Amino acid sequence: MKKVKADPKGVLSGSHYLDGDYAIAEGGLAAGCRFFAGYPITPSTETAERFSERIPSVGGVFIQMEDELASIAALIGAVWGGKKSMTVTSGPGFSLMMENIGLACMMETPLVIANVQRGGPSTGLPTLTGQQDMMQVRWGSHGDYKIIALSPDSPQECFDLTIEAFNLSEIYRVPTFVMTDECVGHMHEKVVIPPAEEIELVERKWYTGPKDQYLPYKNDKDMIPFMIKIGDGYRFHTTGLTHDERGYPVINAECQDVCVRHLNDKITMNADKIIRLEEDEIDNAEIIVISYGITSRVTTRAVRQARKAGIKVGTIRLITVWPFPEKRINELAKKVKAFVVPEINYGQMVLEVERCAAGQTPTVHVPHCGGWVHDPDDILKAIKEAAK
Amino acid sequence: MTEIRFSGFGGQGIIRCGLITGKALSLYDNKHATMTQSFGPEARGSACSSQLVVSDDRVLYPYISIPEILISMSQEAYEIYEPELSEDGILIIDKDLVKMNPARGKIKTYSVPSTRFAEELGNRITANLVMLGFFSSVTSVVSADAMKKALPGLVPGRFLDLNIKAFDKGYDYGKEILAKEKKSKTPTQKGKK
Amino acid sequence: MKKDNPTKKQNPITDLLRMDRIPHIWCPGCGIGTVLTSFAEALRKSEIDLDKVAVLSGIGCTGRVAGYVKMDSIHTTHGRAVPVATGVKLANPEMKVVVFSGDGDISGIGGNHFIHAARRNMDIMIICVNNFNYAMTGGQVAATTPKGANASTAPYGNFEYSFNLPYLAEASGATYVARWTALHLRRVTKSIQEALGKRGFSFIEVITPCVTLYARRNRLGDGLNLLKYYHEKSEIQHGADTRTVDISYQGKLIVGKFVDIDKPTFLDCMNEHLGKVLGDKYQPYGVNND
Ligand SMILES: Cc1ncc(C[n+]2csc(CCOP(=O)(O)OP(=O)(O)O)c2C)c(N)n1
Ligand code: SF4
Ligand SMILES: [Mg+2]
Repeated sequence: MKKVKADPKGVLSGSHYLDGDYAIAEGGLAAGCRFFAGYPITPSTETAERFSERIPSVGGVFIQMEDELASIAALIGAVWGGKKSMTVTSGPGFSLMMENIGLACMMETPLVIANVQRGGPSTGLPTLTGQQDMMQVRWGSHGDYKIIALSPDSPQECFDLTIEAFNLSEIYRVPTFVMTDECVGHMHEKVVIPPAEEIELVERKWYTGPKDQYLPYKNDKDMIPFMIKIGDGYRFHTTGLTHDERGYPVINAECQDVCVRHLNDKITMNADKIIRLEEDEIDNAEIIVISYGITSRVTTRAVRQARKAGIKVGTIRLITVWPFPEKRINELAKKVKAFVVPEINYGQMVLEVERCAAGQTPTVHVPHCGGWVHDPDDILKAIKEAAK
Repeated sequence: MTEIRFSGFGGQGIIRCGLITGKALSLYDNKHATMTQSFGPEARGSACSSQLVVSDDRVLYPYISIPEILISMSQEAYEIYEPELSEDGILIIDKDLVKMNPARGKIKTYSVPSTRFAEELGNRITANLVMLGFFSSVTSVVSADAMKKALPGLVPGRFLDLNIKAFDKGYDYGKEILAKEKKSKTPTQKGKK
Repeated sequence: MKKDNPTKKQNPITDLLRMDRIPHIWCPGCGIGTVLTSFAEALRKSEIDLDKVAVLSGIGCTGRVAGYVKMDSIHTTHGRAVPVATGVKLANPEMKVVVFSGDGDISGIGGNHFIHAARRNMDIMIICVNNFNYAMTGGQVAATTPKGANASTAPYGNFEYSFNLPYLAEASGATYVARWTALHLRRVTKSIQEALGKRGFSFIEVITPCVTLYARRNRLGDGLNLLKYYHEKSEIQHGADTRTVDISYQGKLIVGKFVDIDKPTFLDCMNEHLGKVLGDKYQPYGVNND
């Protein structure tokens, strides 16, 4: 993995007062994203607006496409054309992107998609928050594949994790998602952007061997094939069909087996390296609250009150949501009295917690159907109930 | 922790008020300040609002619940938001635009003719800056210095001076009011002695 | 090019096709191969650097073309080749970007992308194989199926109006529009060559028989018969008003080069406009600044 310093042209070093949407755009620019294709949708539009304003003086292209189908398609083209690329959207647009998210996975195309979630289903709550696309991001396109998804809890993290998303997407050649929400997207807070030389970026895994020996889908030792870009004379082929090392379609069960296992295993086998959690007071905890994004901030408030009331509560904040920290949750399930999972949906990541707890400990869900963040008291109540 | 709501009607720069104050606090006054604003159909109506949660530590719950400070620059905003103001909160209004109901609880009220002052300075769009100056001096939540530092980038460059002038106007007026308040208090205290 | 080589460097055909993928999947007598041959011939005749040609396609019988050309090639999803091509072009403006597309791909599921890429005058070339049906999936009715023709999902005959693709392309902003039948081999080749030499959005429609489905279902004979029939029914009218080139079932086919104009491309407009508005702050894009 080759690491490089960020190009100062894209880095707006200094302290800023930004909302999460703007911070995502700045994170992208700092990460070297020079191609943005998008379609306006509340509450993510500000990211596109910021990009369109900033990119002309950085050197790159912003294009507003005719829809989200086109946005993700254009990203795939631009990445194979050699650019780091990203887009941003919300529920309805995210649904439109699903088919080509699968194409990006199949072609092992590194790109970043931010989803500023709003309440759904359908048009739902365009201007109000939700965390309801957490399963869609994992399973939304057809077929078996795995992606990486991160969940920022603040504008600062929108910046930081967008950069991280680019790095992860390049390391594993996989679409990587910044799953934020309306609350964080529209919330203004201090965002510190470091000097370019302090921002470490992962360079694309460029192939450098002899041209006639290039195989676009031959795995390297780390399971990840090398990449080239259009126009460099490799005359390669890539396809959404099940393919062999040459990138040629092979329509049979054997090739499918190799192809699908690879797309999944490259993430699963590297999960320990990918997953980032924030744990607090886990060791003696009787109850562990597992949350992510804005909900984890609200959770902290509830947890402090619970601790004051004498309950031993630990917290886990999922910074990486996918891959899910299966091992850790399974391990902790042996020790604690219960898991409590607040999230702004009617039951999504809680299913993962339940799966990993594997019947060893109960899991208490604190649902919220969207439109606002939890009342910390509701989380507190659930903690108290679970501790009984 | 302090919760603040700026309110008025669209076009008065109410969101700007939240942005300037939030930026001033978190970049130049060493505080944590989370700003949110009303979006969508709600924001399309005539009442408009931005909210700030200010704290010495990280803000956990991003929205306000019982604000300690309410700034209202329109009658409608006043009517909508006054009832949620804390019983011992501070209410700040534009004198010429808001007709007050009898004061509730221990709420302290300060009023300033911000729009009139701004007109006198030559541009009524700076009324929000007069208001911000006034708010800064009567509440001391944020320093004048930080507020002025926060202005570049949030007001058009060519209007920076005018905006600073407007801010000072409001700020000085606030100081005067505070001085008068003190004076009017001092005699009674003397009387007690 | 080496100085000591006075002859024009033409691209040999083996350099153009992925011989390791032959035999191809197309039915005997299918017209797609013929169009591919014309494309290869155009590339062979041109002196274009094949490293700088990218071929994209969507899904369908025609969509398989991207898999047979020995150039940078992306086989995308149904209807989305045009926006992927847009990304390729914008990321790498030095590329000549060609989209090989079925009629369903370009004007049905991908119709919106088609008109928008034309509107922007995106510098890409579309070669559309129009076989009047969704062949890959078994001969269903398409946006191009003439009224009265039979299709597997129009078993009593098609009663919808069909698209006049050259008119659609021109109205949307294409700078080069031509239509031929697959038997006009030399003309197709020439049109492709012309379009390769042009900047801007170009659209070449090639009326091609689908022997297995469309021809059989409508009892139009075998591939060669139908191809001949199309050829005989065609009338060359260069510069024809595209509003008049509608296709009716087994009716006259007006072919020719209908549009050939020049206007600034998307990137030209972007660079020109942003340069003017932003002055020195603007980083001109795709003009050797990388
Ligand atoms: C989203 C989606 N819907 C449907 C299909 C199924 N499908 C594959 S090819 C095709 C039609 C292709 O028709 P056309 O573009 O005219 O190409 P042809 O096969 O006629 O050359 C369809 C509907 C698909 N692959 N993807
Ligand atoms: S089905 Fe029709 S279009 Fe497809 S390969 Fe056969 S003849 Fe050609
Ligand atoms: Mg077809």
